[in-house]
Amino acid sequence: MKTKPKTVRISIIGFGNVGGGVAEAVRRKREEIERRHGIDIKIVGIADLKGAIVNENGLSEDAIMKPKTRRKPEDMTSRDVIKEIEHEVMVEATPTNVENGEPGLTHIITALESDRHVVTSNKGPLALEYSRLMELAAKRGKELRFEAAVGGAMPIISLVRENLAGNGIISIKGILNGTCNYILTRMAEEGLPYEHVLKEAQEIGIAESDPSKDVEGIDTAVKLVILANSVFDMNMTYEDVEVTGITDITPDALKLANDAGYMIKLIGEVDRAGGLKVAPRLVPKDDPLNVGGTLNVATIKTDLAGDITVIGKGAGPIEAASAILSDIIRIYS
Amino acid sequence: MKISMDIELKDIPGQLVRALKPVSDFGGNLLSVLHQRDKKTPSGRIPVQLVFEIEERRLDRLVEVLKERGVNVARIGKERLKDSMVVLLIGHIVHSDVRETIDSIDSTGFAEVVELSLSMPAVDKKSAASVTLSAIGKEELKEALNILERTVNKKGIMVISSV
Ligand SMILES: NC(=O)c1ccc[n+]([C@@H]2O[C@H](COP(=O)([O-])OP(=O)(O)OC[C@H]3O[C@@H](n4cnc5c(N)ncnc54)[C@H](OP(=O)(O)O)[C@@H]3O)[C@@H](O)[C@H]2O)c1
Repeated sequence: MKTKPKTVRISIIGFGNVGGGVAEAVRRKREEIERRHGIDIKIVGIADLKGAIVNENGLSEDAIMKPKTRRKPEDMTSRDVIKEIEHEVMVEATPTNVENGEPGLTHIITALESDRHVVTSNKGPLALEYSRLMELAAKRGKELRFEAAVGGAMPIISLVRENLAGNGIISIKGILNGTCNYILTRMAEEGLPYEHVLKEAQEIGIAESDPSKDVEGIDTAVKLVILANSVFDMNMTYEDVEVTGITDITPDALKLANDAGYMIKLIGEVDRAGGLKVAPRLVPKDDPLNVGGTLNVATIKTDLAGDITVIGKGAGPIEAASAILSDIIRIYS
Repeated sequence: MKISMDIELKDIPGQLVRALKPVSDFGGNLLSVLHQRDKKTPSGRIPVQLVFEIEERRLDRLVEVLKERGVNVARIGKERLKDSMVVLLIGHIVHSDVRETIDSIDSTGFAEVVELSLSMPAVDKKSAASVTLSAIGKEELKEALNILERTVNKKGIMVISSV
């Protein structure tokens, strides 16, 4: 017997790389998701700083692609879309802000208070207000999911909380920032100085024009806080992390490490005793944590299953969208 | 250096104190005393296991004094450095008294710097070094790393440890 698919209406708030990636992934995967999971995903609202478009019956591909058809933010804000357009899941993909979490924080609170589930790739609100947001979601009987916020396409949050449920988690450590991994990998391979490789990374779009959040370890620290809170039930903020970045790493150091059988990687580590640390570390060349390029990796130390290592693409619009789609599907399965 | 020593005492009061006093008299630092009152040797003595740090050159004299005091020394073991790790340093390593950095480890008695490779770029640029630390056990190795970190952090040197 064929049951009628369940319609899941979503809004996408923040329509840049990730938001656009979600629209693209929905376009490509819609039929397959309906067939395999019995849910029909409809995008009913999109909003960013340029404006908003909405259609309660589902936006056409055309409408999504044409920013000119949008209403100006003065007429309809992203909050209006979240509150007033009927839908089930709000996808939050505005820029990460670790000072006060905005605008993501307000978006998420508004969505939960309007009884919508939330799926987000935005790290700021989670790193600053994790327990408050989780409590609000629980009170409303809604889900707040954020697989895309840590490790991009690499599954880690649901892997630990769902697939490894029953295991005690002793520690998680890994490479959570692809930009730093790229820079250190290139420096080691080519014997080039940091400044040189950074410039190269900026030219090909792997590093931002202001790279400080990545290279100073801030981005890794924020992800570590999210892991600490979600996996270890801690109540940490960015202030609790001991952070050292990669800006002082020299080609000489990489060469000496290489001679001794190691690579240098920026490693984020959280253990169940509450230690949160981001620092360049020596990784043995034959260790599973030794992955190159922009890849992310994490080793989860568990009491029953032993060590489990996951490797994946940490960034990229479609990769982040993959994690977001999985979160949406999981809400309904 | 760290020594473990099995001694055997007569089964009369005051013998343990009699045996331990010379250790401190010779500048030794007792780390553990395992007194097994319920066990006896075939000759009716009580076995005791000691672990202490002492300067190597004073060890022979200590053993003599113990014998003079009627203490049987059944076994002497030198604790070997069996755990190692590599750490990397980046900073002004040479100009910040590398000797003192090494001594901070070697003077512990339980750990040593067994290898150091240094790369020196142009003057007043930062240099890098890879350092192999060895210690008598895992705990001691961790402590040696802590000591190293404390010593070099004051000198603005970064320590990169293994995962
Ligand atoms: N890129 C990745 O691979 C990746 C991976 C994992 C997680 N993330 C996280 O996902 C989020 C989005 O990243 P991204 O790369 O897509 O960033 P992005 O390309 O800069 O896109 C951000 C979007 O948010 C919109 N926006 C900014 N302020 C807003 C506001 N007040 N109200 C509504 N919309 C607003 C922007 O609008 P305008 O274009 O009009 O300015 C833009 O459309 C970030 O939090 C990031 O950390 C990214």
